[in-house]
Amino acid sequence: MTSAPEIPTLEVRDLQTRFHTRAGVLPVVNKVSFTLGRGKVLGLVGESGSGKSVTGFSIMGLVDAPGRIEGGQVLFQGRDLLRLAEPERRALRGARIAMIFQDPMATLNPVLRIDAQMVEAVHAHARVTRAEALERARQALALMGIPSPEERLKAYPHQLSGGMRQRVAIAIALLHGPELIIADEPTTALDVTIQAQILSEMQKLTRERGTSLIWISHDLSVVAGLADEIAVMYAGRIVEHGTVDQVLDDPQHPYTQGLIASLPSANARGARLRQIPGMAPNLLAMPSGCAFAPRCARASAACGAAMPELSDAAHRVRCFHPGRVELAA
Amino acid sequence: MSRANKTFDERSIWWRVGADFLQSRVAVAGLVVLGLIVLAALAAPWITPQNPYDLMQLDVLDARLHPGTPSSSAGYTYWLGTDGQGRDLYSAIVYGLRISLLVGVGSALIAAVLGTLVGLLAAYAGGKVDALLMRLVDLLLSFPTILMALMILAYMGKGVGNVVLTLVLLEWAYYARTARGQALVETRREYVDAARGQGIPPWRILTGHILPNCLPPLLVIGALQVARAITLEATLSFLGLGVPITEPSLGLLISNGYQYLLSNEYWISFFPGLALLATIVAINLVGDQLRDVLNPRLQK
Repeated sequence: MTSAPEIPTLEVRDLQTRFHTRAGVLPVVNKVSFTLGRGKVLGLVGESGSGKSVTGFSIMGLVDAPGRIEGGQVLFQGRDLLRLAEPERRALRGARIAMIFQDPMATLNPVLRIDAQMVEAVHAHARVTRAEALERARQALALMGIPSPEERLKAYPHQLSGGMRQRVAIAIALLHGPELIIADEPTTALDVTIQAQILSEMQKLTRERGTSLIWISHDLSVVAGLADEIAVMYAGRIVEHGTVDQVLDDPQHPYTQGLIASLPSANARGARLRQIPGMAPNLLAMPSGCAFAPRCARASAACGAAMPELSDAAHRVRCFHPGRVELAA
Repeated sequence: MSRANKTFDERSIWWRVGADFLQSRVAVAGLVVLGLIVLAALAAPWITPQNPYDLMQLDVLDARLHPGTPSSSAGYTYWLGTDGQGRDLYSAIVYGLRISLLVGVGSALIAAVLGTLVGLLAAYAGGKVDALLMRLVDLLLSFPTILMALMILAYMGKGVGNVVLTLVLLEWAYYARTARGQALVETRREYVDAARGQGIPPWRILTGHILPNCLPPLLVIGALQVARAITLEATLSFLGLGVPITEPSLGLLISNGYQYLLSNEYWISFFPGLALLATIVAINLVGDQLRDVLNPRLQK
């Protein structure tokens, strides 16, 4: 993107992940491309089933059957992860690329103490003594602003609050100082104050360490304060991608506009909340043209005929009729 | 109450399980009885007047004596009577418990390790390996146990080692099926994805992360299978295919006394039977309580 010849931390090209179910083949991630520079934060936004989580899992190489990555490239610092053998991928996973999951209760193993889990995570990539591993775990917990890490290490997950558990999970992700963190809705299960604390700490960390971050969320308002760029996904495809200011202040795709309009804060007090009419399409029975056309107030005959391509500008939009047109209420 | 729970909460999960276990008096009674039985079996040489396996210490003239009859040669009383070879039944029962417990616990342990490994492997490998292993399990579990045991023992011959081996061959399938089912559930949990995301190798995830979560149901099966193994050993010995006649287990003692039952010499079968009953009931009480305590759905 910039004139510097620097290799981006992550470059995803035409990533395609499909689920082969008995009912048919689901194109869950469909030709997704984006570039993420060093220390940048990308907010990947979309509703449930839009493919944003599977995009994250595909980059991690954690897609399970019946899912299959069937095309594209995932270039991590110039190396195509999809071409690496599993042991090589595993060496990167957790060390250079880490993932944080949505439900902090489910992410930690309920029967193992925090110290056991963290030591295990250290030992997955570093041949150090147990004492050294514990010391690293302690430092990681302290880094996440966890008070009295010594006590927390001896605790079981059920003895910690939800926010504390998520901090532990993030601390585990940070153990090896990864260059890329994929966070799959990590604050969705937390209450708003804890959410804000964790967001600010993640922001600080990415700034200080130059860690790139993909923040997957269905919540535009969370992403707005954290991300540098936003990519909006709909039915497996990116429909709009640009800087936070471009996407939030000047949304071009009617779906993005609908998302922003449906935020409670965007609506007049006491007025009926706006919503996008209709439902997300069934991936098995996709409309022939633009996937959003059936719900779109702006749809024309062209929209029903062919899928629009993502425009090639800095602010990418997948729409035949982009622009700021006031939606009919 | 809530304060007590809190202190337990700060300890490990197993601590809490222990505390929950003690809530049932019947189970505690079972545990105490079981503890006494195990202690007696361990301390057999020191708490019995006679070594019933040492033929030199047996006096054929003392055969089939009533309970409470004093010994004709040695200086002790046969409080539970003697069997057809002149064995002190009390000594024979305590020594017999040793064999029964050894066979029961030994076979259950070996079967547990083996079956759990097979189950985890099946769950992890999936596909053809899974199908093959599980059909084998189905096959084993669909055969009448006694028939299978008789066939195996008839082929291999008698002896404590062979009985243990037979029981292992019959019982690993239970653990395998449970371990597989449990592991299949656990594999889909998010912590497994998280562990994979941390780059932890698959075998480590299986043994270090999934296995500990599968243990509670396996523990319950283990406890109940010990009781089953002891019963099965007793049955096999009763049928004359178990342990050698010179080293009678509880089942063989019952079998030996069987022929005298109709001539009113009840004690030769009755007391070993009572010991067997007490052992099995105690183990089952403990196992049932374990199941209730470890079942998250029944937790208060």
